Amino acid sequence: MSRLAVARTIAAALAFAASIAFILIAPHWDKVGDIKGAQMGTYFIAIVGLNIVTGYTGQISLAQGAFMAIGGYTTAFLVTHGVRDLWTIPVAALVAGVFGFLLGIPALRLSGLYLALVTFGLAVAMPDLIAWDKLSSVTKGGQSIQLFGSKHLLGQGFNDVTVLGHTTSFNRAVYYLTWAIALVLFLVAWLLLRGGPGRAFRAVRDSEVAAASSGVHIAAHKTLAFAIGAAYAGVAGSLLVIAVAFADPQSFPAKLSLTILVGAVIAGLGSMWGVLLGAAFVEFLPVVSVHISKSQGVPDAIYGAALILIVLLLPAGVAGLLKRAASPLTTRLYTRS
Amino acid sequence: MTDFLQQVVAGLSSGSIYALLALGIVIIYRSTGVVNFAQGEMATFTTFIAWTLVDHGVGYWGAFGLTILIALAGGFLLERIVVRPVEGKPVINGVILTIGLFILFGGLSNWIWKAEVRSFPPSRPFPTSAWNLGGVAVSKQDAGILAVTLVLMVLLWLLFRYTKLGLALRASALNPTASRLVGIRVGWMLGLGWGLAAAIGAVAGLFTAAAAPPLDPNMMRPVLIYAFAAAVVGGLESPIGAVVGGLVIGVVLNLISTYDTHLHLDLDRVRLPLALALILIVLLARPTGLFGRQVVRRV
Repeated sequence: MSRLAVARTIAAALAFAASIAFILIAPHWDKVGDIKGAQMGTYFIAIVGLNIVTGYTGQISLAQGAFMAIGGYTTAFLVTHGVRDLWTIPVAALVAGVFGFLLGIPALRLSGLYLALVTFGLAVAMPDLIAWDKLSSVTKGGQSIQLFGSKHLLGQGFNDVTVLGHTTSFNRAVYYLTWAIALVLFLVAWLLLRGGPGRAFRAVRDSEVAAASSGVHIAAHKTLAFAIGAAYAGVAGSLLVIAVAFADPQSFPAKLSLTILVGAVIAGLGSMWGVLLGAAFVEFLPVVSVHISKSQGVPDAIYGAALILIVLLLPAGVAGLLKRAASPLTTRLYTRS
Repeated sequence: MTDFLQQVVAGLSSGSIYALLALGIVIIYRSTGVVNFAQGEMATFTTFIAWTLVDHGVGYWGAFGLTILIALAGGFLLERIVVRPVEGKPVINGVILTIGLFILFGGLSNWIWKAEVRSFPPSRPFPTSAWNLGGVAVSKQDAGILAVTLVLMVLLWLLFRYTKLGLALRASALNPTASRLVGIRVGWMLGLGWGLAAAIGAVAGLFTAAAAPPLDPNMMRPVLIYAFAAAVVGGLESPIGAVVGGLVIGVVLNLISTYDTHLHLDLDRVRLPLALALILIVLLARPTGLFGRQVVRRV
């Protein structure tokens, strides 16, 4: 291994260890706590998914929240029909993944801008679609689906949960469940992206012509990326519903999709280094910004400004910043970007 | 038949607001190659500026004019300061930037003017009565909104077609390098494109508040989707296409809600999904829209 590769591996191991330590400490820290920590975990999962579609494969998707809605409603539907909540998570991933695949097919014909338009429209229309009375047999129309007290639900609502003889509060259990899944999904994504599929995704992103002439099946990889990204969102949405024990159209507004985009851009599209920071930023900015003003517009104004500043000053996000800081001084001095 | 005409008239009125917003989107796209996701939120923001002016004792139409000027200047500055670095960059930068503007302006409207719902305009800008044209009631407000829209469009067309400024605007959008060589200040022209779009958006916002009171920070969210549908139907590059698209979408949505006796679509819920479906169908069947031209790119 070259010295650079060794340095990279050590840095990755350190970052990973620090992240694990943070995840283990966070619920005990009163500024984070179980509920916000778990929500940060769902953002984390959705951001990883969006990064696969948009960051690595270059297809702009503004509808990650819409796929979360599909996953969340899958879980809500199955739990009310007697399926244990934990088993609904993979089903939610599958259902959302299928929908992602289906959206990926027309997306093949749409170039960047148009795809952004369509997915934005989907994100805005999703709450109305859920509330549409033709779908009410699945979604109960505009009303929310209450799962509280269901015996198929972790803690049947918010009761204590006993796992392997340990009893913890419901919120703590959801926290660990969310982050256990998040870590597994992160590792899966990491393995996927450093292997053959990841190389193919990046090739498609950087030049479709070059990718196709190197034997990469463009359509297959684009739809695959969409399906995987949507499946990740499905898991995130499912966990969100399990955590609050109800599903409502307004749990998945267009704003959710945009929040995930903000997180992904801040984390750095096309890199896995900054995801935890991106998730933490979108989760805790509303908490911190209360100090500026309690008005609900403040976090949005800051999200928006942050997005603009990042595009203008730091197109590679936090990950790019880390990479630049970590590269040897000589490279920084003698290369111009 | 009168019922049909009645619905067409109502559709034209809401459609002209979609047309205005779509027109702004098309002007920006043509001049800078960026699709402005923030067009609706910018319109809301400027409408709140008009509310503040009226609140400080300026008359409605005075505030109307002032707001348009403020929007013109604001759009110009926005392009010069924020948008310029992403022009000619990969599409995704422009999308993220204008999504950022969308979130920023939405947040600012909520922050500065609180999330309160306000009655605005204080008195109706147009008389509330209606004309009766052969059994079809045409409200003076609908007619007024449509008339102002059409006048604006004619003015814009005259500007682009018959003035030196309009020629410079078109030239900078078409070929910036050549335009610079013949002495056009291309940067100013691109800024002016954004300024014009913001000003037209301000009119759309003011009329949305007038046609569907009260004034609410989220009022332009659905309108933006209809405007996107209108712009896409028109081909995203054609101002006339955007206007026709906006009117068509206003009328079609209204007619579907009136004559939908088979599907029982529950139109209040599916207006947005229908617009989305329309966008998707047009893009898949005819990606250049009804008025766009095929662009051939060298690879």
